[in-house]
Amino acid sequence: MSVEILSRIQFALTVSFHFLYPPMTIGLGMLLVIMEGLYLKTKNPLFHQLAHFWTKIFGLIFAIGVATGIVMEFEFGTNWAAYSRFVGDIFGSALAAEGIFAFFLESGFLALLLFGWDKVGPKTHFFATCMVCLGSHFSAIWILIANSWMQTPAGFHLERITGAIHTRLPNSYIVQASDLGHVRAVVDNFWAMIGNPSSLNRICHVVFGAWLVGAFLVMSICAWYLLKGRFTTFARTSMTVAACFAAFTTVLQSISADSTARGVVRTQPIKLASMEGIYETHDYTPMTLFGYVDTKNQTVHGPQIPALLSFLCFHNFKQPVQGLLSMPSDEFLAARNPGLSPEELAKIRPNYWPVVGAVFQTYHLMICIGSAVFGLSFLALTLLWRGWLFKTENPLIRFLLWIYVFAVIAPQICMQAGWFTAEMGRQPWIVYNMLKTSDGLSRAVQANQVVFSIILFALIYILLFVTFIYLLNSKIQHGPDDDEGHHTKAIGASSDASEIAEDLFSRKGRASHQE
Amino acid sequence: MHHIQHIPLLNSIWFLLVGILLTGYAILDGFDFGVGILHLFVKKDEDRRILLNSIGPVWDGNEVWLVTGGGALFAAFPDAYATVFSGFYNAFMLLLVALIFRAVAIEFRSKESSTLWRKSWDIAFSTGSFLAALLIGVAMGNITRGIHLDAQGDYIGNFLDLLNPYSLLLGITVVALFAMHGSIFLVLKTEGELQSTIKGWVPRLIALFLILFLSFNAATFFECPDLVTTMIKRPYGFAVLALDIAAAISIGLMVKRGYEFGAFLMSALTMVLLMAVLGISYFPNIVVSMPDPANSLTIVNAASSHKTLGYMFIIACIGVPIVLAYTVSIYWIFRGKTRLGHVGY
Ligand code: HDD
Ligand code: HEM
Ligand code: HEM
Repeated sequence: MSVEILSRIQFALTVSFHFLYPPMTIGLGMLLVIMEGLYLKTKNPLFHQLAHFWTKIFGLIFAIGVATGIVMEFEFGTNWAAYSRFVGDIFGSALAAEGIFAFFLESGFLALLLFGWDKVGPKTHFFATCMVCLGSHFSAIWILIANSWMQTPAGFHLERITGAIHTRLPNSYIVQASDLGHVRAVVDNFWAMIGNPSSLNRICHVVFGAWLVGAFLVMSICAWYLLKGRFTTFARTSMTVAACFAAFTTVLQSISADSTARGVVRTQPIKLASMEGIYETHDYTPMTLFGYVDTKNQTVHGPQIPALLSFLCFHNFKQPVQGLLSMPSDEFLAARNPGLSPEELAKIRPNYWPVVGAVFQTYHLMICIGSAVFGLSFLALTLLWRGWLFKTENPLIRFLLWIYVFAVIAPQICMQAGWFTAEMGRQPWIVYNMLKTSDGLSRAVQANQVVFSIILFALIYILLFVTFIYLLNSKIQHGPDDDEGHHTKAIGASSDASEIAEDLFSRKGRASHQE
Repeated sequence: MHHIQHIPLLNSIWFLLVGILLTGYAILDGFDFGVGILHLFVKKDEDRRILLNSIGPVWDGNEVWLVTGGGALFAAFPDAYATVFSGFYNAFMLLLVALIFRAVAIEFRSKESSTLWRKSWDIAFSTGSFLAALLIGVAMGNITRGIHLDAQGDYIGNFLDLLNPYSLLLGITVVALFAMHGSIFLVLKTEGELQSTIKGWVPRLIALFLILFLSFNAATFFECPDLVTTMIKRPYGFAVLALDIAAAISIGLMVKRGYEFGAFLMSALTMVLLMAVLGISYFPNIVVSMPDPANSLTIVNAASSHKTLGYMFIIACIGVPIVLAYTVSIYWIFRGKTRLGHVGY
């Protein structure tokens, strides 16, 4: 296998593994802020117990996020040296800003969050929790700005360096493989770079996704406690907070998903056509619910809803979604392959497409599972509101709770599938329409070195993952401690949400807990 | 040496800032590494937990200095970032593995009570710390000595070339330095029997470090003639070197008198001055190419555009004071002796 393929596999492996953890941190961080905030407001020790237990889970997840994140920080240099030289002027600043503004904030206040319960007062502790949560959001924002710039570059110009002389190149300049090392992208306008056309959409989409990941993690563990009849008061309270948060986030995520997809139509139409497997351009473009792409005959098989895609992309049933057969344009191809006839250009056009079948599948996986996530969020809220969610004696509710136990992987699948769509969909470019992935490699690195590191990381990550699941499970089995350090007894209190709410917020509850 | 007509101020500032970040990293993660290197020499389970908890609240923040140093190098001198990390590929992969194991071992180790479990993570923590310190030293040694770069600034050579005696000597020196630094830190954080055990190690670690440190300085005179030539042109460098050696020796004197905190500051100062000497003799290079000095990367030819350096400088001016403020607060809140409580490792 070539160094290119190997480096891509390595990057995908390490970043996908890393990306299992930060979304949990981001989502759980939000819930910690809510729970601790409720504690400060109501002074009900139950919320203190909630915050304490979820903080322990948070610490475990965080440690693995940190350990795997360090790999990412250096991988641009180790495996993508030519790319790093080409974009360092722009990309490097986002990464450095992430360190200064996000990681320091997170790791500094994490110490207080995890170990500071007895060292500082509740208000200071709450402040630390907020700062950790803010830090994890900052890190998402900066890294997404960096990645979005690669998807939709803006706020820069190209420059050629010969000796000490730097010449500005015209915007239409086409980077050749022989330019590498002499031509690079240089920032023109910092704010345009940060606010590149896909940043905002993608930040919202990923952050809301992460909130769903956190909410579903909490719901899953609580559903299991409820089914087993353990720590029920604790589980009901946590579940109530998480379910409300999930439903709220679902609304935001639906808006954001729509906006993200319409952003892709504008900025990366080839990616969008690949996500839906559209080859020919027709009015009233239909949307395929699921199915597969027959790349040989250039068609899609599967149930379709007529004109839906046109409507989703343009809010207009008629306007056609452009198909792959006309993209990229003849001018774009001719500029990069001078001297070819129109027929020859048509033949090389597919070299500028991603692997359509794969992009289609990952995208539809996100959509299908994502719709299920949305449904489950609203269902949980409805059941809660009707007071049915905790009626564990009812077989139907038990069945549903089991679904919530396993639904923890659903938003995780969406997150991963979404990234695979976004990243595979921009191939063959590493910087969109500018630098090819195959030109971004490290010249100093040989295939055997990359194989060695892939095997190394694969083994370590398997070990880490197994250990993580084992420790998570034992923390869950152990359950929350109450403030005296004893296990909370499963109190068979009310199963009615409104009563629980009354319990939690009323002075009566407060007084009885303080005794 | 590569001829340079004019060095813009911002480039020099970034040379200094990257140096400060890496020095901060060495001082802070240095004592974590030291605690890790010494970890296996402490036998009782409870004592090992005290060791882990002494760095518990701060090790992650300390590591961020490396992450941010890496990010700053990428942003300010992308060519150097690309050359060093792709050139030292295998070494960096091993370093990453060491850092991963260290990080998760701290978190995992005390979560289960079985002896096998704890022993395995103890070994992972300790060897991870040792290997990381060694590799950082070896990488520094190679940078000091110069590596073989081609005209495009890519490393030509292999992994074994990096394991030359000079660089290995610096590797071992760094291990000894961190172990010494960590032992002094532990004297500050522990009490009772554990503290007296560690107190017994401190003088020996100081002696070991001093011997290695002086031999390393001597070796540099023979191995890196270019650095020596530059130093002769910048004689104040020798004054800094003399101060550095004085600081190193004073660590031992202070420990003898029982001024442990002073000794800790002195070992931090030793690192600052060591980096300063390196910086003085190296400036304006970032990666020296040997044997073709013409291919060297300097703070001019490897730098980002003026605009980026300027933006980044503003970011640093806003960010660094805030970071320092809460780093100091966290160390203040967690000051004093480490005791085992219901939260911790
Ligand atoms: C800041 C930049 C950045 C960020 C935040 C991400 N990636 Fe990425 N990704 C890259 C920068 C990048 C890259 C360095 O640019 C790669 C390597 C080769 C390429 O074309 O892009 C890449 C490739 C790449 C590939 C291989 C695509 C292919 O070869 O077809 C996959 C599957 C992912 N990434 C997945 C992810 C996931 C799951 C992420 C979630 C965290 C993620 N990426 C975040
Ligand atoms: C290639 C891309 C990425 C790089 C280079 C990267 C780098 C890193 C590094 C170095 C750390 C450890 C910091 C420390 O020591 O505290 C880290 C942790 C973290 N990263 Fe990433 N990361 C990447 C992708 C992402 C993405 C896409 C997100 C979020 C959407 C993210 C969010 C976080 C968060 C929240 C943490 C803190 C630890 C945790 O919460 O688990 N990262 N990352
Ligand atoms: C069902 C409705 C959804 C739609 C229409 C949708 C739409 C999209 C689109 C068009 C992209 C590609 C963006 C690009 O390439 O730049 C994308 C990416 C992504 N999606 Fe979704 N999405 C949906 C649900 C979800 C859910 C529920 C999650 C997570 C819980 C999620 C997580 C992600 C992630 C992490 C990415 C990659 C990052 C990015 O490019 O923004 N998506 N989504």
